Amino acid sequence: MVVIRWIRRNLVVIAGLLTLAYMILPNIVVMVFSFNNPKGRFNYAWQEFSLDAWKDPCGVADLCGSLSLSLQIAAWATVGATALGTMIAFALVRYRFRARGAINSLIFLPMAMPEVVMAASLLTLFLNMGAELGFWTVLIAHIMFCLSFVVTAVKARVMSMDPRLEEAARDLYAGPVQTFLRVTLPIAAPGIAAGALLAFALSFDDFIITNFNAGSTVTFPMFVWGSAQRGTPVQINVIGTAMFVIAVLVVLGGQLIASRRKNNAQPQ
Amino acid sequence: MSVTDAPPLAPAPAQEPPAPRKASTRKRLVPYWLLLPGILWLIVFFALPMVYQASTSVQTGSLEKGFEVTWHFQTYWDALKDYYPQFVRSLLYAGTATLLCLLLGYPLAYMIAFKAGRWRNLVLVLVIAPFFTSFLIRTLAWKTILADGGPVVDVLNTLHVLDVTSWLGWTEGSRVLATPMAVVCGLTYNFLPFMILPLYTSLERIDGRLHEAAGDLYATPATTFRKVTFPLSMPGVVSGTLLTFIPASGDYVNAELLGSTDTKMVGSVIQSQFLRVLDYPTAAALSFILMAIVLAMVTVYIRKSGTEDLV
Amino acid sequence: MTQKTEGGDVRLSGISKTYGSFTAVHPLDLTIPQGSFFALLGASGCGKTTTLRMIAGLEDPSTGTVFLGDKDVTDLQPYKRPVNTVFQSYALFPHLNVCENIAFGLRRRGIKSFKKQVDDMLDLVQLGAFAGRKPHQLSGGQQQRVAVARALINHPQVLLLDEPLGALDLKLRRQMQLELKRIQTEVGITFVHVTHDQEEAMTMADQVAVMNGGRVEQLGAPADLYENPKTTFVANFLGTSNLIEAEVVETAGEDTVVTCGGSKLRVPGERCASQPRSGGKLLVGVRPEKVSVAHADDAGSVAIGRNKITGRIVASSFIGVSTQYIVDSPACSDFEVYVQNIERDARLVPGAEVVLHWNPAHTFGLDADQDIDAGVETVEESA
Repeated sequence: MVVIRWIRRNLVVIAGLLTLAYMILPNIVVMVFSFNNPKGRFNYAWQEFSLDAWKDPCGVADLCGSLSLSLQIAAWATVGATALGTMIAFALVRYRFRARGAINSLIFLPMAMPEVVMAASLLTLFLNMGAELGFWTVLIAHIMFCLSFVVTAVKARVMSMDPRLEEAARDLYAGPVQTFLRVTLPIAAPGIAAGALLAFALSFDDFIITNFNAGSTVTFPMFVWGSAQRGTPVQINVIGTAMFVIAVLVVLGGQLIASRRKNNAQPQ
Repeated sequence: MSVTDAPPLAPAPAQEPPAPRKASTRKRLVPYWLLLPGILWLIVFFALPMVYQASTSVQTGSLEKGFEVTWHFQTYWDALKDYYPQFVRSLLYAGTATLLCLLLGYPLAYMIAFKAGRWRNLVLVLVIAPFFTSFLIRTLAWKTILADGGPVVDVLNTLHVLDVTSWLGWTEGSRVLATPMAVVCGLTYNFLPFMILPLYTSLERIDGRLHEAAGDLYATPATTFRKVTFPLSMPGVVSGTLLTFIPASGDYVNAELLGSTDTKMVGSVIQSQFLRVLDYPTAAALSFILMAIVLAMVTVYIRKSGTEDLV
Repeated sequence: MTQKTEGGDVRLSGISKTYGSFTAVHPLDLTIPQGSFFALLGASGCGKTTTLRMIAGLEDPSTGTVFLGDKDVTDLQPYKRPVNTVFQSYALFPHLNVCENIAFGLRRRGIKSFKKQVDDMLDLVQLGAFAGRKPHQLSGGQQQRVAVARALINHPQVLLLDEPLGALDLKLRRQMQLELKRIQTEVGITFVHVTHDQEEAMTMADQVAVMNGGRVEQLGAPADLYENPKTTFVANFLGTSNLIEAEVVETAGEDTVVTCGGSKLRVPGERCASQPRSGGKLLVGVRPEKVSVAHADDAGSVAIGRNKITGRIVASSFIGVSTQYIVDSPACSDFEVYVQNIERDARLVPGAEVVLHWNPAHTFGLDADQDIDAGVETVEESA
């Protein structure tokens, strides 16, 4: 009876933890299988423990090339989408102008569109223009679909920002540029950072749109896709695991710094 | 001014006709300059391609002779006739996955918002962290998890779950891989974070004292959830389901990696028509139909749920 | 006080502000003498904050000119005006600590040696121990003082305060009122204070401009406004007034004689806001604390020459220093009277017939051509 009552009382937590396990399980599998020494070309069944892949993560042809290409594209797409998206977000929150509804729809639609539709139509455009598919077409596509997400993230932050803070800065002898650099930007920074992070993650992980518009260029997700047909090298798991660990460490480290700063700011 | 000359006041200067002052044109143009580059980008690389695609979908011709606009709407009819199973399947799989995401994601979002206490940040990190391993790698991991004769399949077999699901047509015999269940499982997995984060955001805004107030007003925990918590989390439910359903309906990665030829979704068809068969009009028509279906469903859904301020 | 020759006054000349078809501030002329503590008083939406923002440069006037001394600053950007503002809810920069917030203005003007000034300022507002804290780690009262310090450190010609005490609880508000007054006396800078709290305005300011519907209703020293309101809005918004609609009987001599509900009342001619005409109407007003109450049995003992009306007590409430009566009289259905609790008459209970009497010199007359209840609700709201 006691057990049943305990389960009933903690039903939400139990269900939540089960979902969490469901979400984490593949990552654990990826991590475990990065130490595998598979027999055939595919790394789906456990054979024996091995550190080979960790010792030589770039040991597979084109793997690290595609990874570095993906990182480059993600970096540039982040810069582009964050710059353009932040400008739009500020315009939407801070100013009145014509065609507001149309502009809002134009920003909402890319998020309400299955990726494959955008991918196909963008390819139609590139084919019609006779553009050469490759790095640039992928970058253009990535900036396009990241833009709306950045706008949403930055907009939320700017909206919760008190416009009086900027007025106070102007009142205290800060010109337009100073006001933006000293007050607006630092306060909007968390929103912009969130938008940028989202853009980076979306771009780095994108497969469908990239697959349509990359031509013969191979990004990291495309490499993984190809290897699912030809044979999956263990190195893929190594890179997946490494990125997972780095990301968790960066986030936890950031939180540690934030909480320490908070403690320092406490009364002396 | 109704009162003028109280002692310490200077007499009002002779009133000249007030000349209206205008805000400078430069100032009024600021928002347009801010919008210009981003909006131009979206027009050229999002809206314009749609136009091109619309025109492609009514063209006829071949790769060798070139394509021409002939207003050949027959393509749409043919595409629907040939590929309606894939359409139905896409919507069915995406709908099921969305529902599962909601059922699985809600307790987790609720737990993070109200029960996690000091573990809240850690759990949030765990929800987001899988993002950083490419989703293709993680989807491939499901091939291992659901492998024939693997522990998961064994357990399901022993519990006779697979007998039920096979009877329903979700699985085949003692296999999970290459069946609809595997595809839906993969879709659910891949889009769960898109459900959880908006749910969490809207749940977190709810004042915990509302629960106490509801309890104080004779509501049982279940009633409190039904009458207070769930309605207040509606914005999260709406944006979560949209963020899950829309990408899931066009996805072909899960169907290709975890499914078989019998589980192909419409995304696969568009992809192969476009990139392998090179039948551009059919591919364009298919993707237009998909877009129309999704937009129509989204519009109806948003109207019904009464939340229009998603952006 | 006379016109300052060095020209440090704030002078608004015909300034107005319209948003589309809505006029927030009608063309307005106002001079705020240098070194004074000036209050703009009114209910929300009366245009007082807009007026303040036009002085700060945060709002462009639709018409008119703003002078600081002899200088036309109308087209000067806020960051070029020697004017600083204490914002409503303070607008402290959340990403900067107290010290950095206070030094913000000095640093923007390129002043490198701000350390000493910041320390002096922290002392002035008694926040020395909190220099390293972020705004969200301070109480409301402390935040308010940081906001004042952040503005004052720049030695502006004028300090603008936009409802600076609105977010504080009552006790703290009283304390900060005295504090602000102390600081103003100490630094001698012109303070322009926007508030909806009439008590706050009267306690702190040398000069009060009462605003209503985008216009200045009346301007003067607090006591003058209270004793000689010129409109029903001022009479009702500042404190409480008993306003009685009366007919003018004769205007001969120094006093005007009026009748209402069968009683004859006298109003000093110089205290009438409009020129009363025989047979015309006049609103007669008297403040509740100027009125005495006598039981009807003692009616004979009321001195001759006082204004008298009769009535019946409908409610009484004891509020410590005084007792407040509501009296129903033929002249006025809810006449308020405050009686000091010196010798309480046990017969003065609800239902008792009474005679209300007061010195005619305390009566004032207003133009009958206006809303008798103007400014009433807003008082309740802000109380």
